[in-house]
Amino acid sequence: MGKKRKMPGLNTSSTADISFMLLIFFLVTTSMDTDQGLARTLPKPPEDEDAKNEMKVKERNILNIRINKDNYLMIGDDYVGLDEVKPRAKEFIANPNNNANLPELKPKKCGILGTRMVTLNHVISVQTDRGTSYGVYFQVQDQLVAAYNELRDELAKQEFGYKYEFLTKEEKEAIRDVYPQKISEAEPKQYGKNM
Amino acid sequence: MSRFNKGKKEMPELNTSSLPDLIFSVLFFFMMVTTMREVTYLVKFDRPSGTQLEKLARKSCTSFIYIGRPSTDALRSQYGNQTKIQLNDAIVTDASEVYDFVMRDRNTLAEIDKPFYTVSIKADHETPMGYITDVKQQLRKGYALKMVYSATKSDKN
Repeated sequence: MGKKRKMPGLNTSSTADISFMLLIFFLVTTSMDTDQGLARTLPKPPEDEDAKNEMKVKERNILNIRINKDNYLMIGDDYVGLDEVKPRAKEFIANPNNNANLPELKPKKCGILGTRMVTLNHVISVQTDRGTSYGVYFQVQDQLVAAYNELRDELAKQEFGYKYEFLTKEEKEAIRDVYPQKISEAEPKQYGKNM
Repeated sequence: MSRFNKGKKEMPELNTSSLPDLIFSVLFFFMMVTTMREVTYLVKFDRPSGTQLEKLARKSCTSFIYIGRPSTDALRSQYGNQTKIQLNDAIVTDASEVYDFVMRDRNTLAEIDKPFYTVSIKADHETPMGYITDVKQQLRKGYALKMVYSATKSDKN
């Protein structure tokens, strides 16, 4: 007694192995894939199944893109290829020359950009047949978003000198006011049969 | 020269006492950036690729719907080779079950997270739009109005 024993140090050489095992366990059971995609907001369901209160949209304000069951594309009345979707959509959304067949320009307060003439009521509607392949539909959606993004980038460069993604929140809001994204997710019609 | 050759010098042992800490920090890094694998895939889906994608903001508020053909022979003999919808760990035969699925999934969320509830559709690019449309109609019916068409990033611009 009296002699103070020195406590032997705990052998920690296996802690590394234990944490390695934990690490490997987590590597196996978890996935790192960050999900990416095109975000959309669906319209509210119709209040009454029978009373389909279809929104009254003027002919010139709507861009009809149709894809039939054989994956052929139509914009308005013309058959087009996928690469024509973006330029057509851009022309439609912006209507730079105030063409009478393209959406009407209306004044709108756009945040710090002041009042501007914008195609306030334009709608892009993509209609498909039940047999249309999802890949083609997705490509069209992607091209439409690309059209909006390009227009926003162009305006941002012109007004603020930077691309859209580098703008402040306020500036982004103003640009979004000029080019609001209006892609209709309305329900499809069974039109493809008689095409 | 005896000053430099004092007996045979042994190689000093590498100090490994900080190794556990090192591994632990790697472990914590992985625990933070990864998420548990949600389900085992019963359907095969090769997602379409796009250029204008956005990242999913809140993964914890998201439900996933997988659409594609059954992935293994056993499943094919059970469900056929047609496009099927997978919810959680089961293949469902009818799109109307999507409605129950979103109702149930949304109710597991905290009240403040409910407005951010999003449904991500992971569908094969060859899926006929009919299936997607049916699912979308069910989502509308269930007031799950935020949705994402999940895709992979394509390099070409």
